[in-house]
Amino acid sequence: MSILIDKNTKVICQGFTGGQGTFHSEQAIAYGTQMVGGVTPGKGGQEHLGLPVFNTVKEAVEKTGAEASVIYVPAPFCKDSILEAANAGIKLIVCITEGIATLDMLEAKVKCDELGVRLIGPNCPGVITPGECKIGIMPGHIHQPGKVGIVSRSGTLTYEAVKQTTDHGFGQSTCVGIGGDPIPGSNFIDILEMFENDPKTEAIVMIGEIGGTAEEEAAAYIKANVSKPVVSYIAGVTAPPGKRMGHAGAIISGGKGTADEKFAALEDAGVKTVRSLAEIGDALKEVTGW
Amino acid sequence: MNLHEYQGKQLFADYGLPVSKGFAVDTPEEAEEACKKIGGDMWVVKAQVHAGGRGKAGGVKLIKDPAEAKTFAEHWLGKNLVTYQTDENGQPVAKILVETCTDIADELYLGAVVDRTTRRVVFMASTEGGVEIETVAEETPEKILKAEIDPLVGAQPYQARELAFALGLNGDQVKQFTKIFLGLSKLFHDKDLALLEINPLVITDEGNLHCLDAKLGLDSNALYRHPDLQAMRDPSQEDEREADAAKWELNYVALDGNIGCMVNGAGLAMGTMDIVNLNGGKPANFLDVGGGATKERVAEAFKIILSDDNVNAVLVNIFGGIVRCDMIAEGIIGAVEQVGVNVPVVVRLEGNNAELGAEKLASSGLNIIAATSLTDAAQQVVKAAEGK
Repeated sequence: MSILIDKNTKVICQGFTGGQGTFHSEQAIAYGTQMVGGVTPGKGGQEHLGLPVFNTVKEAVEKTGAEASVIYVPAPFCKDSILEAANAGIKLIVCITEGIATLDMLEAKVKCDELGVRLIGPNCPGVITPGECKIGIMPGHIHQPGKVGIVSRSGTLTYEAVKQTTDHGFGQSTCVGIGGDPIPGSNFIDILEMFENDPKTEAIVMIGEIGGTAEEEAAAYIKANVSKPVVSYIAGVTAPPGKRMGHAGAIISGGKGTADEKFAALEDAGVKTVRSLAEIGDALKEVTGW
Repeated sequence: MNLHEYQGKQLFADYGLPVSKGFAVDTPEEAEEACKKIGGDMWVVKAQVHAGGRGKAGGVKLIKDPAEAKTFAEHWLGKNLVTYQTDENGQPVAKILVETCTDIADELYLGAVVDRTTRRVVFMASTEGGVEIETVAEETPEKILKAEIDPLVGAQPYQARELAFALGLNGDQVKQFTKIFLGLSKLFHDKDLALLEINPLVITDEGNLHCLDAKLGLDSNALYRHPDLQAMRDPSQEDEREADAAKWELNYVALDGNIGCMVNGAGLAMGTMDIVNLNGGKPANFLDVGGGATKERVAEAFKIILSDDNVNAVLVNIFGGIVRCDMIAEGIIGAVEQVGVNVPVVVRLEGNNAELGAEKLASSGLNIIAATSLTDAAQQVVKAAEGK
């Protein structure tokens, strides 16, 4: 067991023949992901990386039985790509692209919810179930199959947490990058619920950052619904207010969204928090007794 | 990206909203001329900067003689206006907005934002206009009325009426409010706004609604589809180093410490600042070099970091996921040689070929300290910054 994806997940890539799509599909195939094809409008019928290219997602789903799609198309076209995948019967959409207009995401998210489609991202590293399936741009080799579920708003911070859990020998059940945008397709609570219900996940690492109130909402959810130990780190204690810290969603505005507020909410929910990102692995060891 | 008040009001006028007749001018002579063109015997002159709190800082003045407009413009043009929302240097004034004077019977607030929790554009209205809305939200949250806009069907007239009646508006005012509400909603969606504020939305002595101020923030990710808004950019209101960094697709934010930070990934860049702070140091900046940390970009990043005279040590923290650390090490060595870095540089490389990368750094003969872990890196750079 794991969440979202496993060795049986059939994956297509939108933006398959582009630079990013090609590079990361090669990596995914090498990792063992069941890539079954890709979509590039106008290139249907060709073969790329030994897999069929289709003109539309609809055709790709009909011919391959794909249930997940990873999107590498440029930001201006992402809303269209997400809606195409959602309406073609794809059940899990992972959008890696950074820089999508917020109003595009509001509309795409509403439609995905209506159609019962799970959207991860955008502006995220993707999802990986170590040893089984890798959808996204994360380096596969730092992962190890195991028992920690990791959910994070930041790509590189996820890698730090992955490395520490691998070095400690705990491994990961599934790692989910929900992305650094203000309107993510899935939020912490969506993923926490899945980890709580996943027998393979024994502990959870949640990595947040300044901006918005997703961590506070997650804290309330954890307090009421999560029985597994949770370790959390929030980036941006030293971030100044009113400045966007790289990610579109990482900004303290009107005095709201500070790291201190988030730490306080999580601590109140019984979450083990760490102020140094280097201490995630040690904190897991402490709370689980592993 | 933010707009000036005069630009926001142009957009308001385009969408049929009631704004004052006015002219944005660049010279004292034009300011005086503008009063005469507008007519009447009272005007308002307003310094145009990307910050609130202008009135209290002396950047807004009611005048009764066109000559006063000239004096006001002479005083402010080319100077910086410091308000409670700016830093101690303030923001440069390059334009003055000269407007007709409006009689105010009452002040309301109307604004809209993209609300992250509900994932909707949410309008907020309040009878407490003219004061800071954050204060109202903090002290009397019940005085803020809200309307959520469905992304697929858009704003509806009934939502405007609900707000208008709750604000205590009557008869014709409700119709005027509805027109303003629907116009703003269309503007928000057409122009991909991130933030919109009319504070105050006034009721005039005649009982009409009037937009006295305009604060608009744009979604930078959507600017590509709005050439008209791109043309409204005013680089003088932005931090020079941040704008410079943006040209190289580097995310840079200046802070007031002395330890320069160069990191790949926004989250890790924040985490690095935090760990420097935790070990007793003060970060001088946030800098995300992004996924592809090439030699050229690392060199540019060094230049930007070192353009801050306070920096006396630099921490480079790279998690090499798919890129190889030995390649990054070569990039750092090349950049340090090219830029002529004179302060100690502590480098932490993790991931692909990290050991090979560390060896290359150690044998480069440059003033580069290879750290063994993130914590070690933070401790080393704090020591280096203290001159130890």
